[in-house]
Amino acid sequence: MIKFGLNGELKEVEDVDPTMNLLDWLRYQARLTGTKEGCAEGDCGACTVVVGELRGEEPVYRAVNACTLFMPMVDGRDVVTVEHLSADGNLHPVQEAMVSCHATQCGFCTPGIVMTLFADYEGRDPGPKLPTEDLLAGNLCRCTGYGPIVKAAEAAKAAPEAKLLDSEDGLERLRAAERQSMLSYRYQDPVLGDTKAFFAPRTLAELDDVLAAEPNATLVAGATDVALWVNKDHRTLPVTVSLNDIAELRTVEETDSKLTIGAGVRYSDVWERISALYPSFGAMIRRLGAVQVRNAGTIGGNVANGSPIGDTMPALIALGATVRLRKQGKLRTLPLEDLYLDYQTQSREPGEIVEAITIPKPTRGQHDAFYKISKRFDQDISAVCGAFSVTLGSGKVTGARVAFGGMAATPKRAAACEKALIGQPWTEETIAAAKTALGTDFAPISDMRASTGYRQLVAQNLLTRFFLEATGARVPSLDRGGLVDA
Amino acid sequence: MPDSGAAPPPAPGIKGDVREARAHDSAVQQVTGKARYVDDIPKPPGLLSLYIAMSDRAHARITSLDLEAVRRAPGVALVLSSDDVPGTNDIGPVVADEPLFAEGEVLFHGQPIFAVAAESEEAARRAAAFASVEYEDLPAHLTVEDAMAAGMDLEPEQVMARGDATSALKNSPRRLTGTLTIGGQDHLYLEGQVALALPGEDNDVHVFSSTQNPTEVQHLTARLLGIPDAAVTVEVRRMGGAFGGKETQSTIMAAASALAAMRTGRPVECVLDRDDDMRMTGKRHDFIAQYEVGYGEDGRLTATHFALASRCGHATDLSFAINDRAMFHADNCYHYPAVRIASRRLRTHTVSNTAFRGFGGPQGMLAAERMIDEVAFELDRDPVDVRLANLYADGNRSLTPYHQTVDDCVAGALITELMDIARYRERRDEIDAYNAASPVIKKGIALTPVKFGISFTTKHLNQAGALIHVYTDGSVHLNHGGTEMGQGLMVKVAQVVAHEFQIDIDRIKVSSTRTDKVPNTSATAASSGSDLNGMAARNAAQTIKERLVAFAAESYGVSSEAILFEGNHVLIGAERLTFAELVKKAYLGRVSLSASGYYRTPTIDYDRAKHRGHPFYYFAYGAAVSEVAIDTLTGETRVLQTDILHDVGQSLNPAIDLGQVEGGFVQGMGWLTSEELVYDDNGVLRTHAPSTYKIPTAGDRPLRFNAELWASGRNKVQTIHRSKAVGEPPFMLAISVFSAITHAVTAAAGGKVFPKLDAPATPERVLMAIEDAKARAAGVDGVNA
Repeated sequence: MIKFGLNGELKEVEDVDPTMNLLDWLRYQARLTGTKEGCAEGDCGACTVVVGELRGEEPVYRAVNACTLFMPMVDGRDVVTVEHLSADGNLHPVQEAMVSCHATQCGFCTPGIVMTLFADYEGRDPGPKLPTEDLLAGNLCRCTGYGPIVKAAEAAKAAPEAKLLDSEDGLERLRAAERQSMLSYRYQDPVLGDTKAFFAPRTLAELDDVLAAEPNATLVAGATDVALWVNKDHRTLPVTVSLNDIAELRTVEETDSKLTIGAGVRYSDVWERISALYPSFGAMIRRLGAVQVRNAGTIGGNVANGSPIGDTMPALIALGATVRLRKQGKLRTLPLEDLYLDYQTQSREPGEIVEAITIPKPTRGQHDAFYKISKRFDQDISAVCGAFSVTLGSGKVTGARVAFGGMAATPKRAAACEKALIGQPWTEETIAAAKTALGTDFAPISDMRASTGYRQLVAQNLLTRFFLEATGARVPSLDRGGLVDA
Repeated sequence: MPDSGAAPPPAPGIKGDVREARAHDSAVQQVTGKARYVDDIPKPPGLLSLYIAMSDRAHARITSLDLEAVRRAPGVALVLSSDDVPGTNDIGPVVADEPLFAEGEVLFHGQPIFAVAAESEEAARRAAAFASVEYEDLPAHLTVEDAMAAGMDLEPEQVMARGDATSALKNSPRRLTGTLTIGGQDHLYLEGQVALALPGEDNDVHVFSSTQNPTEVQHLTARLLGIPDAAVTVEVRRMGGAFGGKETQSTIMAAASALAAMRTGRPVECVLDRDDDMRMTGKRHDFIAQYEVGYGEDGRLTATHFALASRCGHATDLSFAINDRAMFHADNCYHYPAVRIASRRLRTHTVSNTAFRGFGGPQGMLAAERMIDEVAFELDRDPVDVRLANLYADGNRSLTPYHQTVDDCVAGALITELMDIARYRERRDEIDAYNAASPVIKKGIALTPVKFGISFTTKHLNQAGALIHVYTDGSVHLNHGGTEMGQGLMVKVAQVVAHEFQIDIDRIKVSSTRTDKVPNTSATAASSGSDLNGMAARNAAQTIKERLVAFAAESYGVSSEAILFEGNHVLIGAERLTFAELVKKAYLGRVSLSASGYYRTPTIDYDRAKHRGHPFYYFAYGAAVSEVAIDTLTGETRVLQTDILHDVGQSLNPAIDLGQVEGGFVQGMGWLTSEELVYDDNGVLRTHAPSTYKIPTAGDRPLRFNAELWASGRNKVQTIHRSKAVGEPPFMLAISVFSAITHAVTAAAGGKVFPKLDAPATPERVLMAIEDAKARAAGVDGVNA
C-alpha cells in the first residue's frame, strides 16, 4: 500500500502497478482528467503537477512531470493537481491571470502551465527563482506563441497575495503519510500476469540489503529517463529500487577544495552551488531539461545513466570530477571518465551504485567554459556538448582537460587536443593546432541531431569561442539577454 | 438586412457583442482542467483499448500475415485487419487510394496493418508484438528527388501560366536561377489523435472524434462499415489543437474504433501515443522549389518561372489542393508580368502528407520571397525596395497568374506603415554598422509581406450550416458545422448571434459539433471557420428574429419597423419587453423558435483544368519585420525583434484574432528554424516526439515582439461584419525570420555571394551555409585574381 496526499486529502492506494506513472493513475484511476498527456516523456509539461515533500520540518512544493513519476515514488509525498486550485469555486490568481490575458487557445497545455505558474506563485520551492521564459521552458504550447502566457505569468506575480498551500496543513499530511518501514511490495498484472517488485529503502544499509537480493534491479532517483523505458520502449521492469527516501544520498558537502554531491540530490538543489563555483556550468544546467526535469532528476542519475549525450558528464570530466561507487558497503572512487568503457558499458559491477560525485574547486589560473549545441535553446538534447578547462601560468597552458558529449559512444576526453594545448603558449596559433588535433580525436556519427561534419566543425569552433572568451574578447552570446549590450 | 459595410451600430447594452475582445468561451473550463477532450470523457463500462500495429518497412510485399498468436494473447477481445472490413477498406478523402489496413503491400514505415482491441492499452500493445508478419522488400522511393527520377507523379504536372514567360525571360535585361529546399512540419497538436466509439442498436455507432471534419469522418466510417451515413454520428466538442492535422487524419482512429465497436458490441477507444501519432499521421509537405527570374536594373521583375515539387507520401489525401495552393501563393503580393508556375506532386514511400496551416501556401510564398531576396542581392538593393517595386497595383499590374484580379491590395500601405513603426531603414543601417564591427555575431533584418487568398479552392466546400434553438426562458442553443480547435470559433460565432438577438452572450450555449445536428459540413479549415459559420449562424438567428418580429408586429399592432432589439430587450412601439418575455409570448402564440441557417460564398469560381478563374472571395494581408542574430561559430540563431501589422478587416474579436496572429507567427518561426523532420535511409522517421522534434518554447519568442491588428483594416466584400479570416495568413509572417537569417548569413560570409540556405535554418544549416558561401566567395576571388 502506498500513502500520499492528494489535493488536500490523505490517499491510500493498494495494488498499483509499480511502474504505472502518476499521470495515468490520476487520469484513469482517480478520474482527475485535468492533467493531460502530451508526450509521456517529460518534454511537453502538459502533465505538470505539484508535489510536496518534507525538507526537515518544511514542506517543499515543486512542479514535476507526472508522466515520469512511478506511482510508488509519490509515497509519503503530497500531490496537488489542477483540480485543487479552484476547488472552492474561485479561480486561483494564476488561473485568473491566464483567463484575463487570453492565454488559452486549445487549452490542452493549459493545466500544465497553470501548475508551473502555481508552484512559482506559491513560493514553497527553495530552488532558484527563474525568469518567466526559463520558468516556462518545460511547458510547450502550440497555439498562443507564448506571449499571453508570459503576460499571465507577470500578471500573476503582481496579483494580490492569495496563496492556497497551507504549510501547517501540508506538514500534517506529509507526517501522516510518512512511512515507518521500507516500502516494499510485489504486484501481479491482472490481465497480463507479469509480476513486478518495488523497493524504496530509507538507509544505505537497507539499500545494500535490497541490492544483495536483487543485484539486477533498476535504480531510479528522478526516473526522468527510466520512466521512458516504460512509457516509450514499453519495457517491463521486474524490480525497481527508488533512491529517493535515502537521506544519506541527498546531502551536499562542501570543503575548501571540493564539492561532493550525493547521488540523490536534485539538479534544482545543487544548481546554485555549482553556479557559484563554475558559472558556465550553471548556465548549462539552466538548459538541462527544464524546471520539471531539474526538480526530479539528479546529477547522480545522469552520471549513472552514462548516455553519450548526457549534459553534465563532459563538464564534470573536464573539471576532473570523481565518482564514488558503492557495493554492499564497500566504496571505491574513480575519475569519472574511467566509469565509461563503451556505448552503455560501464566499469560498474552488478549491484554497484553511484553514491556521490566530487567536483574539485577552481584553482588559480583555471579557465573553464561549457557549451551546449542543440537545435533549440531550451530543453533539447545536445548535438554536441563541449567542456573546456585550462590552467594558464606565465602565458602558457599548464593544464588542459577537454571533454565532449555527442562526439563518441561515451562522454569522452579529447586526448590529442589536450596534448596540443599543454605546455604551449596561450595563443591563436596554439588554438589552431589544437583544433586540428581535435579533428583527430573523434569520429562522430550522423543522426537526427546533427551530421558528422557539423559535429566536427562546431566542436573545433567551440574551442575558438573558448579562447576568445578566455582572452577577454568581446563575444556576445545568443543567450536571452546575452545581446543586451551588443 | 443588407450589410452596408459600416460598423454595426454601437450596442453597449449587451455582453459579448461583435468587436468585443472577449475571452475564449472555454477559458475558465480550460484553466480549471474541466474542459473535456475526447480522452477525458468518463469511460463507459466495458471499454476496450484499440492499438493499431504499423509497418516497419517503407515498401514491401506482405508475404504472410499470421495473427493467431495475437488473438490468443491475454486480454485480447478482437483483432482486425483488412479481411475484417465489411465495407470499403479505404479512407482516402478525395481519391480512394488509402487503405485503412494495408492490403498485401505496405507503402510506408508506420502504415497501419492490423489493430488489436483488448482490455487494456498495454495488453493490446503487448499482443500486437506476437504477430508474425513476413515481408519481401520492394524498392522504396523516399525523397522528392528519388520520386522525380522514378516519375512517381500522383497526377500529371500542373501548370499555371499567364503571358509568355519563356520568351520574356530570354528578353529580360538580367536573369538568375535558384533552388530552395523547404522542410515539412509536424503539427504537434498537444492532444494526440484520438477517437471513442460507442455502439448503438441496429448497427448505429456514435463516434467522439478529435477532428476538424466530422462529416468526412462520418462518411468514411460509414463507407468502411458498409452502413448508411445516417447510421453514424460524429461528435466533437473541442480539439487540443489541430492545425490541419485533424482535417483528414482523424479518420484512421475513428473508423478503426467504430469497426471494433460494431464487431464487439463494446465501446472502443483509440488513443495514439505521441510516437505512433507522429509516425502514422501526415505532416506538412516538404518541397523543392526552383526559380528562374528575369528582372531589370530598376528591380522590377519581367518574367518568372517556378518549378515546384513536393513529397506527398504514399497516397493522394489533399495533396492536389495543397500543391495548387503552393502555386496560388508563389506570387505572394507581387505582380509577375509573365509567369509560368509548374508543380509536380510526387508519390513517395513515406507517410501521406496532409493539410497544415497555410495548406501549401507557405511553401510557395517562401520560394517567392527567397527569389526576391536574391534579386535584391544581385542588384545590391534593400530587398524592401524590390518588394515595393513589384507589388500588385490597380490597372495593368493587378492580374494574378491564375487570372483573378487583385482589387483589394493593401500590402503597400501596410509595409509603409510598418517600416515607420519598426524604424526599418535606420535599423538596417545600424545592423550594417554592427556587423562591420562584430566578427562572431552577425545580425540580419528583413520585412516580408503576406497576401493570402480566402476560400476553399474546391468550390463546393464553401458552404456552411447552423442550427439555433431558442428556449422559452430566452436562452439560446447554438450549433453549427464549425469545430473548435482553440482558434476561438465558438466565441466569435456566439458573438454574432448575441449581436443579432441583442442579448448577453452568456445566454447563448455553445454546443458540440455533431453530424446529426448540422449535416454535410465542410472541414473547419482554410481559415474559413468564422466567415462561413458566422454567416450561417446569423442566417439562422435572422430567421428566428423575423418570426419574432412578425409575431410582435401582429400581436401589438405595430409595423415591423417599430420593433427594435437592444440591450437584452425588445422595443415594440411603446412597449419594452425582455427578450425572454417576447420569446415566451411567441411560444404561446405558436411560433417556431428553432431554425437552421445556411450560407454559401458568392462570386467564386475556378477552372482547375486551366488553372484559371476567381478562386478567392478576397485576400487577407499582413507584414512583418524581423531582426535576428546568428553565431557564426555555431550557426545558432536568436530572433531579437519582430514587429507585425496584420489586416483582419474589422475584427469580430480582437483578442482572439491577435492570438491567431502571434501564435501563427511563432508556429511559422518553428517551421523555418528548429523544427526538422528527419527520415533515415530506411524511411524511418527519426524525429517522432518532442524530445527529438523541437517546436518553439516560450524563450524562443522574439526578445521584443510587437504584434498589432491593422487599425485601417477593412474588407471590401460582405463578409460577416466585414471581418477577415485570420487562421492561416499570419503563419507566413515568419518568412521575415528566414529572410533576416539569410541577410545575416550573407553578412557572415562577407557579402560577396548569395548564400545557399535551406529551410529549416537549423544551427547546422546556418553554419554550413556560411562555410559554403565563404568557400564560394574565395573561389570567386580566386578567379578574379
